[in-house]
Amino acid sequence: MNNPTLKIQIAGVELKNPVMTASGTFGSGKEYSEFVDLNKLGAVIVKGVSSTAWKGNPSPRIAETYGGMLNAVGLQNPGVDVFIKEDIPFLRQYDTKIIVNVSGKTIQEYCEVAEKLSHADVDLVELNISCPNVKEGGITFGTNTAMVEQVVKEVKRYCKQPLIVKLSPNVTDITEIAKAAVSAGADALSLINTLLGMAIDIHKRKPILGNGMGGLSGPAIKPVAVRMVYQVAKAVEVPLIGMGGIMNGEDAIEFILAGATGVAVGTANFTNPTATIDVLQGIENYMQRYGIGDINTIRGNLR
Amino acid sequence: MKHIREADILKNQPIATDLWEMVVEAKDIADTATVGQFVNLYIGKGELLLPRPISICEILKEKNSLRFIYGVVGKGTKELTHKAVGEKIQILGPIGTGFQIKEEIQDHIVIGGGIGTPPLLELVKNLQGNVSVYLGFRSEPILIEEFEQLGAKVYVATDDGSAGIKGTVIHLLQKHTPTAQMIYACGPKAMLAALAQWAAQKEIPIQVSMEERMACGIGACVGCTCKTQKQGEEDWQHLKVCKDGPVFWGNEVIWYE
Repeated sequence: MNNPTLKIQIAGVELKNPVMTASGTFGSGKEYSEFVDLNKLGAVIVKGVSSTAWKGNPSPRIAETYGGMLNAVGLQNPGVDVFIKEDIPFLRQYDTKIIVNVSGKTIQEYCEVAEKLSHADVDLVELNISCPNVKEGGITFGTNTAMVEQVVKEVKRYCKQPLIVKLSPNVTDITEIAKAAVSAGADALSLINTLLGMAIDIHKRKPILGNGMGGLSGPAIKPVAVRMVYQVAKAVEVPLIGMGGIMNGEDAIEFILAGATGVAVGTANFTNPTATIDVLQGIENYMQRYGIGDINTIRGNLR
Repeated sequence: MKHIREADILKNQPIATDLWEMVVEAKDIADTATVGQFVNLYIGKGELLLPRPISICEILKEKNSLRFIYGVVGKGTKELTHKAVGEKIQILGPIGTGFQIKEEIQDHIVIGGGIGTPPLLELVKNLQGNVSVYLGFRSEPILIEEFEQLGAKVYVATDDGSAGIKGTVIHLLQKHTPTAQMIYACGPKAMLAALAQWAAQKEIPIQVSMEERMACGIGACVGCTCKTQKQGEEDWQHLKVCKDGPVFWGNEVIWYE
């Protein structure tokens, strides 16, 4: 079989393949460009940007756990102006789509970033209302349907690019949050962000992370993520970007079968800097093996 | 493109309690590594996802190899001890910004604490002039003879007094009151903080090699940070230990929150 079709559409934007990078694990691609040909990726979802520079949380920010890791980076970033000036020109050298993750402590801050990005050369915007590591904003917006509707509706007014809303798994019923985001104007959804977790150093009798708690990612959370993608795919019509512990092509196919249009690779980048390319290769191998000519034909297609 | 490569393990053996020595063949890394840099060693076991950052004890260019001395502190480093000679290990490096060596400087103080000692051996190999080495350990000193063979004067302290004086490197410095044009140090953060204070009083510049929990090790995840404020900067910032460091100027580190 020749050249299976890997192209997908997210809210009217065509990606050459479904493989993206999960926000916060790939910076703006500079460091990984030394390992990976960024031209091969469907999109780079960059690290969260805020209206002003954020310094992030105290150390330690990382704790490895069984089959996963906790992070409490706290969205350290130089702010949207520096991002637009330095990172967009860098990424535009490559033939890949740019998806910018937007963070804020208040609705106004989210809107400020969206407004500035609306004049910038980016393809899609991902609204981060699900980061568990910042005291204000982040997850507090993403766990209550009324708040989700309010922030999405406001940001939509400023955002010229299609808007992806990134959902938190730290909720009782993710389909309610998904429906609220879509009703407020979300053009696509990405899920899942990290699960709030904790690890304790029993010798020091203190939490390992400087911030106490952090976000759990990696293969340990994959079954939760697949389940949530499956539920949300049945609840809403918009395209989904699935993520949570994708380590290889088989994992990515699982998300697509659960209903995801695209997939994002996160923690696996730390285990293997070329994980994104390996995932893409694995998807192609699966399509070859089962004679699948178009990746879109298997989306949500469980027997 | 950079990539993780496989290296042949030439040696992997215990040298003291919970301290192991490993030598691997890695010509490209040995050719390019500089003093104070480190490597990522990948454990290659499913449930352990993150690479272990390991300092380079010796860059053996003529043997196309690298020598590490690593502490067995958790599951990952425990797993490293199970690697046998003849097996391969996945490795990425060299990584990070190491020590600055200035030729005009001829008087050096080198200070190591415990598992912070190994990378200082490669440093001392590259220093010209007078080198005094002050080392502190809990109980078992390591590498003393090797430092002496390089022509350095070595002073030792142990917490239990089993070797050298009973106490810490700070006690050693108080006893000998050395002076120099440059100090280089690697060890626990509390030790480095005390040394930075001592160096400031003596008005000697100090370079400190920091340790931090890391994820990617290539500067992307912002998981390992060091709180710093450079002279002339209005505000502090979190620099990346894996990329901007691990070596920082002691007077630029903000030691206490």
